[in-house]
Amino acid sequence: MSRTAVEIAAAVASGAASAVSILEEHLARIDEREAEIHAFNTVLTDEARAQAAEIDRQVAAGHDVGPLAGVPIALKDNLCTRGIPTTCSSRMLEGWRPPYNATVVERLAEAGAVLVGKTNLDEFAMGSSTENSAFGPTRNPHDLSRVPGGSSGGSAAAVAAGFSAVALGSDTGGSIRQPAALCGVVGMKPTYGAVSRYGLVAFASSLDQVGPFSRDVADSALLYELISGHDPRDSTSIPATLPSVRGHLDRGVEGLRVGLIRELLGETLDGFEPEVLAQTRAAADTLAAAGAIVDEVSVPSTIYGLSAYYLIAPAEASSNLARYDGVRYGHREEGGANTAAMMRASRTAGFGPEVKRRIMLGTYGLSAGYHDAFYGKAQRVRTLIIDDFAKAYENFDVLLSPTSPCVAFPFGAKSDPLTMYLNDVATIPSNLSGQPSISVPFGTGAHGLPVGVQVLAPLLGEPVMYQVAAQIERAAKEPLLQETLLKEGRS
Amino acid sequence: MTIPEREPQNLPDGWEMVIGLEVHAELATHTKMFSPAPNHFGAAPNTNVHPVCLGLPGTLPVVNAKAVELSIRVGLALNCTVQRCVFARKNYFYPDMPKDYQISQYDQPLNADGWLELPSGYRVCVERAHMEEDTGKSTHVGVSGRIHDAGYSLVDYNRAGVPLLEIVSRPDIRGPEEAKAYVAELQSILIAVGASDGKFEEGSLRVDANVSVRPTGSTELRTRCEIKNVNSLRSIGRAIQYEAIRHVDLYTAGEAPIQETRHWDEEGGRTRPGRSKEEAEDYRYFADPDLVPIDPSPEWIDEIRAALPALPRERRQALVDLGGRGEAVTVTVERRLDTLVREAVALGADAERALIHAANNLAVEGADRLDSARFAALVTMETSGQLTSTQAKQVLASMVATGRHPAELAAEAGFEAMDTGELEGLLDGIIAARPDEWQRFVEGEAKLQGMFTGQIMKATGGKADGKVIAQLLAAKKQA
Amino acid sequence: MPEPLTPDVVAKVADLAMLELSDDELQTFTAQLAAVLEHAHDVEELDVDDVAPTHHPYPLQNVMRTDDPHPAVDAEVAAAALAMAPSVEDGQFRVPPALGEEP
Ligand SMILES: [Mg+2]
Ligand SMILES: [Zn+2]
Repeated sequence: MSRTAVEIAAAVASGAASAVSILEEHLARIDEREAEIHAFNTVLTDEARAQAAEIDRQVAAGHDVGPLAGVPIALKDNLCTRGIPTTCSSRMLEGWRPPYNATVVERLAEAGAVLVGKTNLDEFAMGSSTENSAFGPTRNPHDLSRVPGGSSGGSAAAVAAGFSAVALGSDTGGSIRQPAALCGVVGMKPTYGAVSRYGLVAFASSLDQVGPFSRDVADSALLYELISGHDPRDSTSIPATLPSVRGHLDRGVEGLRVGLIRELLGETLDGFEPEVLAQTRAAADTLAAAGAIVDEVSVPSTIYGLSAYYLIAPAEASSNLARYDGVRYGHREEGGANTAAMMRASRTAGFGPEVKRRIMLGTYGLSAGYHDAFYGKAQRVRTLIIDDFAKAYENFDVLLSPTSPCVAFPFGAKSDPLTMYLNDVATIPSNLSGQPSISVPFGTGAHGLPVGVQVLAPLLGEPVMYQVAAQIERAAKEPLLQETLLKEGRS
Repeated sequence: MTIPEREPQNLPDGWEMVIGLEVHAELATHTKMFSPAPNHFGAAPNTNVHPVCLGLPGTLPVVNAKAVELSIRVGLALNCTVQRCVFARKNYFYPDMPKDYQISQYDQPLNADGWLELPSGYRVCVERAHMEEDTGKSTHVGVSGRIHDAGYSLVDYNRAGVPLLEIVSRPDIRGPEEAKAYVAELQSILIAVGASDGKFEEGSLRVDANVSVRPTGSTELRTRCEIKNVNSLRSIGRAIQYEAIRHVDLYTAGEAPIQETRHWDEEGGRTRPGRSKEEAEDYRYFADPDLVPIDPSPEWIDEIRAALPALPRERRQALVDLGGRGEAVTVTVERRLDTLVREAVALGADAERALIHAANNLAVEGADRLDSARFAALVTMETSGQLTSTQAKQVLASMVATGRHPAELAAEAGFEAMDTGELEGLLDGIIAARPDEWQRFVEGEAKLQGMFTGQIMKATGGKADGKVIAQLLAAKKQA
Repeated sequence: MPEPLTPDVVAKVADLAMLELSDDELQTFTAQLAAVLEHAHDVEELDVDDVAPTHHPYPLQNVMRTDDPHPAVDAEVAAAALAMAPSVEDGQFRVPPALGEEP
């Protein structure tokens, strides 16, 4: 049915297909299924049509068009788009139109991508199911009774449903990789600092990264190359030329050392579904069959990642979200007797319960007397995790784990916050360590729903990470192998 | 080294003041601390703004290298250790503050552990001098303009994000005059190194004073009150004096001050309570994850040090080396006229006369633009008797106003020098006309000197030099 | 680890965070936050006293920009920001009267 970004860009640039016709295919699918899926907060039909027509004019005039010419793209609604609503799925920012573009948005526009809409998310990216959106949840295109994952659930669903060829999300504790896994698409979190955060509405500044959703690994690699690179507007942006990754996709994995993270194989942690574990081991087996050296490796402190994360991320969030006070932008409750009362009322009305929960958790963790025990300690645990990963990478080129302990779950299944938080156990360590990781679809689990396998690599290890991801993808496309492995009862 | 003379305590016997000052100086950069919005005073509201300094969602701060450089200049001038520093967020809700946190420095400031030497020679320890961003400004709109009235406020973010250096002294200061001397010296240093324009009236310099008192001779630190935003040198002295007396009165009455923030009421001449410590917020400091540490390299620090101009203290010493003393030296350096004096002296001008002019006759706008050769010429005209001191003063004023040469100005004013021969002739005429008086003067009636001087002055139309007349009268008397 | 979380503490925290909680919310949040903090107790067994904290996963330092003003977008930004503000008067952001002063 739908073509990949690489195919679309080639077809548009060569004149084999028009950007307008490509866009109309996607708009038709949106027409057909958006009402039931609710991937978008805003669909930009007119703007996208104008943009696609302009690309076609450029092609007709013989101008050079960019590497994403005519590629329909969706953006998580926490990426600032000039003059276009950017709500973070919060009442707080309903109707807010940034007067500037995020750096990644500018880079995509330069590359010729056509923006079809802004996608739904858990409010301010806080959640793992997109149930926390103030504008209603997004449904999983594979099963409408289930969540798409989160927080970038709208972007994952948009790509899975063919509403756009690719999408961008943000990943603070797994918010790209987990919904990618649950929706059966590729989702990648780059090395911290590889992609500019300028214009990404902050959740937890030391953990947030923008990354791509796509239907295959090659599109992911292309998107990564286009959005990454130094940005002087972000002080944490890596001031170096990053290695290209696309040349690594076809190299195979002969001789590469692949470590299965023992702590994330479900033996010490609850909640991992056997089918998910079986697929992860199956993916490892296909890598071994392709010539990789596969072994298990212990990264002991990963199990503390969750605790560290739920102390660090809310702390940073509590400060990042202080600015929503009703003074300069966003929701204001009128009638307060003084500024403080107005601020209090505006924040109380503007934020949903999950956001309030995390703001309070973070405020508590930073407040006098608790800072050292909570935030300070968590930042030290973070160092332990980084050190443990460093040890693992002495013997392995990449590490492997499930992306999510389970496949897409029904709405309301994890209504208790802690239960929901535990869902992030496998994705969080990469955010704490800043290392890149990618979720690649690999077969199905319970109820025939998609499973994602996660490939982790050291800082700036995107080339080898993509190399392995591409191999897993090739194996995943061999249905026979899939069936054989599952029948062997690897669970 | 001699022990510097300290200010006598204006407190009842047995009490002394313990004062620490926090001075916020706006840095003289082109752009703000963390955004490329212009840093200019006096623009229309909310025009010097950028997404970053409005705290718009998604924006990120980037450190202004010039602000760091200016801060290092001050750190070096204050004899601080310049060190690796970390920006921290100070979290509190306030409408003037776009992000509802202020980016400041907390446990790792840029400059630490320095000192500032007052003109008296006394050294005040400087605990730290750290970088931070300024807030915006709100104006209350209400019936009486008072903050507690109903009405509303209007917020202008032009000043939000302007780079500040907060210079924190240790509680080493013992009196209002010493506090004023500290601030004046700091102001001179800030201006000398080009870090700040140091203008109180534009808010470039803002002082908070931490004041407590204790029994003389004790080393304890008693409860202190922080007096906020005292905005002139004069108010600093008055506010401190008032506050210290208030503390002594409380202790004397068997009570004690509570730790609180107080505001100086200039009209009422008193401090008023603000928030007490118990109500004070919990700032929840943590390292700002949007910024990375600044670790100035030794090469950079050396480069900045090498380019530092002479500091007020060194410049005062240069005048002392020329024979200058006391207030004249301090005032000349404060007015930044020391270079003029030193250059004029190098061109042959008399140091004492040059300093007297700088200290007494040049408290005017534009004096620091005087040409040193012309100033030297003026001083020499005076010391050689071509101009009287009164005439020299007048010519000097015209020089500042017009920039012209003193000889031309003197000639135009008709200040032609009288030679002694001409004066002697005049005097002979006067003696001949008043032989009795002259006889009494020769015999010792000293008060007649004034009469003869006056007669000569009258005869010359005031152009004669009083000193020359005195010499002439003395010589004639002996003869 | 500090004392177990009580509704009193949560109320104080909500106040610091400028949030109002109903009595029901206070009870619910107290239980939920306590559960998360309880889970976080597992880090207690780690001895990290000699471990340096990580503030940035990719270590950088001395990132600075030159002191050059931004070309001309400021007026546009200001206009757009004011246009979207909840309440504006004479080019300024209007708020109810302040109570108390800046710390
Ligand atoms: Mg202060
Ligand atoms: Zn300050």
